[in-house]
Amino acid sequence: MLGISDLFRQEIRVINLGVEAFALTLERLGVPVIHVAWSPPAGGDPRKAALLAALTEDEEE
Amino acid sequence: MSIKTANQAALERLVQARPMLVDCLPAEKAMGLTGRTVLHAGPPLSWEHGCPAMQAAVLCAMRYEGWAADDATALDFVLQGKVRLGPCHHMGAVGPMTGIITPSMPVFVVENRARGNRAYVTINEGLGKVLRFGANDDSVVERLRWLAREVGPVLGAVIRAGGGIDLRALMAQALRMGDEMHQRNVAASCLLARTLMGHLARASIDSQAVARVADFIASNDQFFLNIAMAAGKASTDPCLGIQNSTMVVTMARNGTDFGIRVAGLGDRWFTAPVEMPKGLYFPGFGPEDANPDMGDSAIVETMGLGAFAMAASPAVARFVGAGGMQEAIRATEEMAEICLGEHPHFRIPSLDERGTPVGIDIRKVVETGITPLINTGIAGKKPGVGQIGAGVARASLACFEQALEAFSARSR
Repeated sequence: MLGISDLFRQEIRVINLGVEAFALTLERLGVPVIHVAWSPPAGGDPRKAALLAALTEDEEE
Repeated sequence: MSIKTANQAALERLVQARPMLVDCLPAEKAMGLTGRTVLHAGPPLSWEHGCPAMQAAVLCAMRYEGWAADDATALDFVLQGKVRLGPCHHMGAVGPMTGIITPSMPVFVVENRARGNRAYVTINEGLGKVLRFGANDDSVVERLRWLAREVGPVLGAVIRAGGGIDLRALMAQALRMGDEMHQRNVAASCLLARTLMGHLARASIDSQAVARVADFIASNDQFFLNIAMAAGKASTDPCLGIQNSTMVVTMARNGTDFGIRVAGLGDRWFTAPVEMPKGLYFPGFGPEDANPDMGDSAIVETMGLGAFAMAASPAVARFVGAGGMQEAIRATEEMAEICLGEHPHFRIPSLDERGTPVGIDIRKVVETGITPLINTGIAGKKPGVGQIGAGVARASLACFEQALEAFSARSR
């Protein structure tokens, strides 16, 4: 199993989730990066996320 | 019925609508609009909450109808409750920007042959100082009277002679010619003019009147916009009342509030303060001069066109400040994230013939935080100025959050 120090001795290819600034920084450094635009459901509001989850269950009935 | 099944039914009803342009008649005759009634764009609005441009347009419409000789008298009538105000949407109609409709105004009649329902919209007044942007001087009133006296009757006769115009086919073709049917309607207007031309020439109407009407249509690249809106209204209205569907059926703004209605929640409006549009301004104007977003024209986005079809219309992306082709494609792809499906008839060549995103789902909007993008004109906030630019606006997220709460409460 590779240690963390081994990881940085090889070519790094990155999949970045969420905050785009990290991907842009890596891009500027010439690191291959795929950015995935992701944010927590309902902006992280647990109540609205619960409402959405309940309605999704309804959809699956 | 599950939400999934209900949404499939709602989407199918929306995309399989067959809107046909069948007539142009005074609103009184076409839609039973009687008495001293002024219809406006957006969700319900009390006089005191109306923005200055909306209030100016209401008073101007009353002068046009001859109910009041001047604005002061018209205002007295309003404050005494002698004039009824109501949303166009409650009368089967839609109106751009201020969206004013009064009984003697001619309205296009669009019939959805798939369901038998009808929708109504005024004739687009053209550019410059016009009622829909809150302009209100005598030139505005004179143009409105000419539309009622000459343009409406001529167009009515010509459309009836043609036996109806298939708007879905016309819009599908215009989409392939670079229109998105909200900010750009030049192709659709030309296609409509081509369809009307023969009937116009054959009609037993004074040739000078025919020439004036032809010149009027030819001078306005946005002539078709109102008709696209009525097509959207006729297509979406039958979806209201489909139990358990989370699909958005109406998006509209009155210059103060943004409002939506949802298929499974009936006639109920969910409203929140409307946002300011962002875009390009005519020389001499800037964001400080702009009125908050306004009009029923977001019905175009509700049926899968307008900003949802931005990828079909890169020229518009530049005009409304959204950038170039890549931004246009991104806008359409972003809207796909909040929609139930793709339109089987409105296809975009530059996206390998994929259909435009259609059927906004309140759940997807709340889940992603992506709000519908709307192409829009920008009205001056000062009454009488009219249009000062064009751009894009976002629907208010709070409307969708409220609707989600109501939907959840209903199913508990």
